[in-house]
Amino acid sequence: MELPPYATLGQRIWHYGFKLLCGLIFFFLIAPILVIIPLSFNAENFFTFTPGMLALDADAYSLKHYQDFFTNPDWQQALRNSLRIAPVATLLAVSLGTLAAIGLSQPHVPFRRAIMAILISPMIVPLIISAAGMYFFYSDIRLQGTYLGVVLAHAALGIPFVIITVTATLVGFDHSLTRASASLGADPVTTFFKVQMPLILPGVISGALFAFITSFDEVVVVLFVGSANQQTLPWQMFTGLREQISPTILAVATLLVVISIALLTMVEVLRRRSEKLRGMSPG
Amino acid sequence: MTEADAGFVVFDRVQKSYDGETLVVKDLNLSIGKGEFLTMLGPSGSGKTTCLMMLAGFESATHGEILLDGHPINNIPPHKRGIGMVFQNYALFPHMTVAENLAFPLEVRKIGKSEREAKVKRALEMVQMGAFGGRRPAQLSGGQQQRIALARALVFEPELVLMDEPLGALDKQLREHMQFEITRLAHSLGITTVYVTHDQTEALTMSDRVAVFDDGRIQQLAPPDLLYEAPENSFVAQFIGENNTLEGTVENITDGVAVVRLDDGELIDAKPVNVSKPGERTLVSIRPERVEIDKSRLSPGVHTVHAEVLEFIYMGDIYRTRLRVAGNEDFVIKTRNAPDQRRLRPGEHIEIGWLPEDCRALDA
Repeated sequence: MELPPYATLGQRIWHYGFKLLCGLIFFFLIAPILVIIPLSFNAENFFTFTPGMLALDADAYSLKHYQDFFTNPDWQQALRNSLRIAPVATLLAVSLGTLAAIGLSQPHVPFRRAIMAILISPMIVPLIISAAGMYFFYSDIRLQGTYLGVVLAHAALGIPFVIITVTATLVGFDHSLTRASASLGADPVTTFFKVQMPLILPGVISGALFAFITSFDEVVVVLFVGSANQQTLPWQMFTGLREQISPTILAVATLLVVISIALLTMVEVLRRRSEKLRGMSPG
Repeated sequence: MTEADAGFVVFDRVQKSYDGETLVVKDLNLSIGKGEFLTMLGPSGSGKTTCLMMLAGFESATHGEILLDGHPINNIPPHKRGIGMVFQNYALFPHMTVAENLAFPLEVRKIGKSEREAKVKRALEMVQMGAFGGRRPAQLSGGQQQRIALARALVFEPELVLMDEPLGALDKQLREHMQFEITRLAHSLGITTVYVTHDQTEALTMSDRVAVFDDGRIQQLAPPDLLYEAPENSFVAQFIGENNTLEGTVENITDGVAVVRLDDGELIDAKPVNVSKPGERTLVSIRPERVEIDKSRLSPGVHTVHAEVLEFIYMGDIYRTRLRVAGNEDFVIKTRNAPDQRRLRPGEHIEIGWLPEDCRALDA
């Protein structure tokens, strides 16, 4: 955005002030995340920058916290638990969420808005409330403290993301394509996999990424619903912070940030692909 | 109707209601012969598209039965009906190439690869798009997409093809060209075609028979020439082509000619279509090109009407003149631009007449 030559003094001040404000907001959002990255290479067992680090002394940096993460059996078990829970929860969330979004996009479904609101509520209701509710409910049906219980709880948290992203892609979906497919002799299942799915795939995948990150980062619900056997990475970080305050947490946090950035980049690439595909659909 | 003369497609007392109260289609009876090109023509909301959707299986009939080749199809899902369909917006699959689009109906029918490729190639050549197999639909123009949609509806060799306003999105020149191409293909392949449109020119130029829909009923089912020259009621007369109407009362009917007294007292001759006795109110309808302004060319003894010229428009091949006749200021006549043709001047007073069979006394 360029200033027009006729801008008044007030407009000029506002123009630069606005840029400064945006920069400050950006800094506020990103600084806490960026600051942990150099700290995770700390050679000491502290959460602060040592004088050596500030002097850029190579000896003040080390990979020992990363080494700890990859060798410590507690962290490794937590990583394994996370990797066992997140993909299954994601798969469940994607299958159910996609079907729900397609169903709710049909105009003849009664109470669409109410159903949609209920399905999306885990995203809106404070997490601690969902977690407490799930704890009591899952205890009654003997799911509390089980692997299945955590997977189901995380799937419920991921479904809203899938519904929202898939619904957004379905807005641009031309429903005469499914009719065309039927007129060409394809049964509804074939139509779904060959015609509808490829076109809404970007929405499905970005929903899946959000669901995956939700499960991978989630600590509140797993604390309530899980037991020692389902101790995930965030849970381990949480206890680590309270009990031993090891900078290994920073190493893990850095790794999680890198994974999140990689996944979000994927979302962006997919969004562009989806735009291209939509530009292709006639009409 | 006996089994022997039953049509290839039969609508038997079909009704359709979306809300359970108002009927969108009221008691439809229609029999379409094998190989026939039938057009459903009507204004929007007349029920024509609903009929097509019921035939395709995307809507179910509330009452009555639809038969295809003698078998009831009410309970057969769309994908098992084997009916080809061309959609208004083409509905090509954007994520597939042209060739993949065409191969799709063959793949679901489990046709082998080599046969599939041969059929796709033949279908593409049929619509003169042989070189476009590798393109995506978005890389084609509207007319090209239209051809691909047509080829895709025909590639699996259906005996019946439905078309839902397929040319609506094309410009006039392309539309006229495609009209010709579609009829040529339909006739050369011998397929039965049901075509829906609201464009009466399209209906007249393409069809073997036209069903004019209004208010959920077929108002008239006839070949194009009969529809234009012998409309059975005033809706059809108004809807098809340009038409002049005059209101009046039947004076007497003798030897198949009705004498109608117009509201300003003048007498005209008309062919009684749906009037039967003197005293009935009627709307007489005359086509603009059937009005004669040269009295010497009318048979003696025929009634003529006084007219005042209001406007003269030169249109190249024809002259279009607007007259005031019996209080109607929108009475239009069309005369051919010939060397001996008179150009009428506004303000001129003339006598006009017509052959009694060109002037039809219809329901008021």
